[in-house]
Amino acid sequence: MKFTLKIWRQQGPNEKGGLATYEADEIGPDMSFLEMLDGVNQRLILAGEEPVAFEHDCREGICGSCSLVIDGVPHGPDRGITTCQLYMRRFSDGVTITIEPWRARAFPVIKDLVVDRSALDRVMRAGGYISVNTGGAVDGNAQLIGKEQAETAMDAASCIGCGACVAACKNASAMLFVAAKVSHLASLPQGKPERARRVTAMIEAMDDEGFGSCGNLYECEAVCPKSISVRFIATLNREYLRAGIVESGVPADPETPHAESD
Amino acid sequence: MMTLDPKIPPGPLETKWDRRRFSEKLVSPANKRRIKVIVVGTGLAGASAASTLGQLGYEVECFCFHDSPRRAHSIAAQGGINAAKNYQDDGDSVARLFYDTIKGGDFRSREANVYRLAQISTQIIDQCVALGVPFAREYGGQLANRSFGGVQVSRTFYCRGQTGQQLLLGAYSALCWQIERGQVTMHPRTEMLDLILADGHARGIVVRDLVTGRVTARTAHAIVLATGGYSNVYYLSTNASGCNVTATYRAWKQGAAFANPCFTQIHPTAIPPTETYQAKLTLMSESLRNDGRLWVPTAPSDNRPPDTIPASERDYFLERRYPRFGNLVPRDVASRAVKSLCDEGRGVGPGGQGVYLDFSDVIEQQGIDVVRERYGNLFDMYRRISGEDAYRVPMRIYPAPHYTMGGLWVDYNLMSTIPGLFVIGEANFADHGANRLGASSLMQGLADGYFILPYTIGHYLATAKVPLLPDNHSASQAALERVTSRVKKLLDAGKRRTAASFHREVGRILWDHCGMERCETGLKLALQTIPALREEFWRDVAVPGSGDAFNQELEYAGRVADFLEFAELLCYDALHREESCGAHFREESQTADGEPQRDDVRFAHVAAWEYRMDGPPVLHKEPLTFEFVQPTTRSYQ
Repeated sequence: MKFTLKIWRQQGPNEKGGLATYEADEIGPDMSFLEMLDGVNQRLILAGEEPVAFEHDCREGICGSCSLVIDGVPHGPDRGITTCQLYMRRFSDGVTITIEPWRARAFPVIKDLVVDRSALDRVMRAGGYISVNTGGAVDGNAQLIGKEQAETAMDAASCIGCGACVAACKNASAMLFVAAKVSHLASLPQGKPERARRVTAMIEAMDDEGFGSCGNLYECEAVCPKSISVRFIATLNREYLRAGIVESGVPADPETPHAESD
Repeated sequence: MMTLDPKIPPGPLETKWDRRRFSEKLVSPANKRRIKVIVVGTGLAGASAASTLGQLGYEVECFCFHDSPRRAHSIAAQGGINAAKNYQDDGDSVARLFYDTIKGGDFRSREANVYRLAQISTQIIDQCVALGVPFAREYGGQLANRSFGGVQVSRTFYCRGQTGQQLLLGAYSALCWQIERGQVTMHPRTEMLDLILADGHARGIVVRDLVTGRVTARTAHAIVLATGGYSNVYYLSTNASGCNVTATYRAWKQGAAFANPCFTQIHPTAIPPTETYQAKLTLMSESLRNDGRLWVPTAPSDNRPPDTIPASERDYFLERRYPRFGNLVPRDVASRAVKSLCDEGRGVGPGGQGVYLDFSDVIEQQGIDVVRERYGNLFDMYRRISGEDAYRVPMRIYPAPHYTMGGLWVDYNLMSTIPGLFVIGEANFADHGANRLGASSLMQGLADGYFILPYTIGHYLATAKVPLLPDNHSASQAALERVTSRVKKLLDAGKRRTAASFHREVGRILWDHCGMERCETGLKLALQTIPALREEFWRDVAVPGSGDAFNQELEYAGRVADFLEFAELLCYDALHREESCGAHFREESQTADGEPQRDDVRFAHVAAWEYRMDGPPVLHKEPLTFEFVQPTTRSYQ
């Protein structure tokens, strides 16, 4: 197979970038998208040119490193996968493929297709944890957690922090990312004590980092490699509202006026 | 002169760790905040250690080369984590987990370390649950378990096929909390390139900021390496592309002993390699062997589609050779069985490199929904890569380098031969002997990081009392000079061949001669070819761009350079060990029917290698004594 690639090249965060054209020849259908780029880079290196910078690590769809906008879609045309899980058999022979970095105010370009996603780490630091010390934990079976509840927590927890949801959103919102963590921890008994503080702090951090707000277009869910559902954004909104009520001192539930958790 | 004192507490096995914790000196809480500890790596071991040290009050500086600490390769572990909880009441106990692990390691690990690991295993599960790790649950709300390769009890805890990810995110969240509290300073995109030694103690590291290219010295009262394993020395492995040996190898060159480097685990169930451009091998979780059956056609080069081959013409080779454990034999046993069948020309798929892993029986017995629930994500992954639907046709699998039991030598306190340098997780050698059982790497990483190192490092800090190295100390300057001159040398080379082509070549040499089966002539041949390749590398490698900027090819070339040296050490170790044990199989040491032959008289020791600038590495031996278990022939028949 043979492809024409239009790849975003940018020397540094403050340099002007642009699309450059490369030919990719002798591509096998069983090649992964990143292996195809590896091949392009090997040729560039031998030609004395700088290879295209792009991020990758596990190459099996779990580390969240790879981050390419392929023909306008984060992680490319298939649903529920990362860029590294995309294979060239998905493309028609001879087509032109455009490859760009994640684009969001909160994700400045470092070089070419590599962006700085540390904003997501800072949002996590604001509250994406349960503050328990090492040691002294009670037995894992001390609190029973129903299978469905555990499955819901796992559905939300499977976020790999790649940032595709941000890249796909026209507001560059990180709502799905934040929703996944807030929902994961709020759905487990261990996460209950801090749930009000957590959601408030994470939303605040998200706003401070320059992520936009949710426009209900569901682009995030469509590109999420773990197919995390937008219903968690509803959970996030509910948690946020609830936190506002809890913090304002109004009882969470008229039936049990002093309960912090449900 | 290097001495290897494992510092194992005397007395009964069951109370060794308790007594050690009591006899250790503690650092007073007031002093902790004046003590600085560097942690390199943020996988399960590194993140759990950094967060726990931060919680204890130390000033922690944590480094990783990824853009975020959450990306470390622990994240890719699929199957699960073992713990001797005995929730299933199926006869499990600390003693049994200990025995399974030490036997699985083919009696090449320390009893005391392994027993401690089994003891701590139960605490790990509780800790992870407290951190919000969403382990699989039964309908009644209790934690679910599954069984895993090499054992007869059900003690593996899991989060779908993403256990490593969830455990890492748990440790990462704990780390986030300590960063927020100001106890840990996180340095992502920063790679350790050398170790600073002064007065015989580890005093700091040299790091390169991967965005700006700036090379700096960072000092501390103690250094913890949690930098993972070196399977990528084989080029094609199940490891992430960034995994490398550089941190531990640099520490070795500064005097830390490297133990058992030849103990490298080849995992039986990876998707077979197909083409030369392939950049990695993808692992299919070992848990698939719980329900999948391995087979090949009885007749060689039988090219019929698998579903048309009747049962009588199939060879379920693991069930035939190992009736007691069947498809659940340990990884090394399964891998060798697969490879030897393929070598006999009985493999299936392109190039005959593969065997079937068949789920049709379990689908028929328990229904496709059960299989989908258990392994759905793995089947999806298989379909994406191979283009085949494993619900209809059997998977094809082939072994792939996966995990390295060898690593820097550490004593019972996880300290290397360099005082002040601690090594945890896969980067050390300690607990898995010559072969690691499934679902025990996550256990070891978290045991080291959450529960062992935070105790033992305190004793060193309370007793050694080595001050912080002053700025611009000559030792720092020398280390900085080593790093900058190497970077320059890489950039100045001839630009005729890419680093990847050298990496592929050295990987091929090792796979052929120091892979699943090793022999004296092959190893000697490898030892002859590697230095020449290395010379060519330094002459011809093409590294474009500059050292003062983001330069991924420069990072990679530096790691390949270390692999090219380290590969030799691996071969020296494999050559010295004239026995077959665990993952290390010497062709010269096998029984008439091809089973490995261990030699406890000559090789019941840890082989710890010392770096020499002017010649081959020097071997030191730490004898392994077995007071509590009797080494037996590891038979799974």
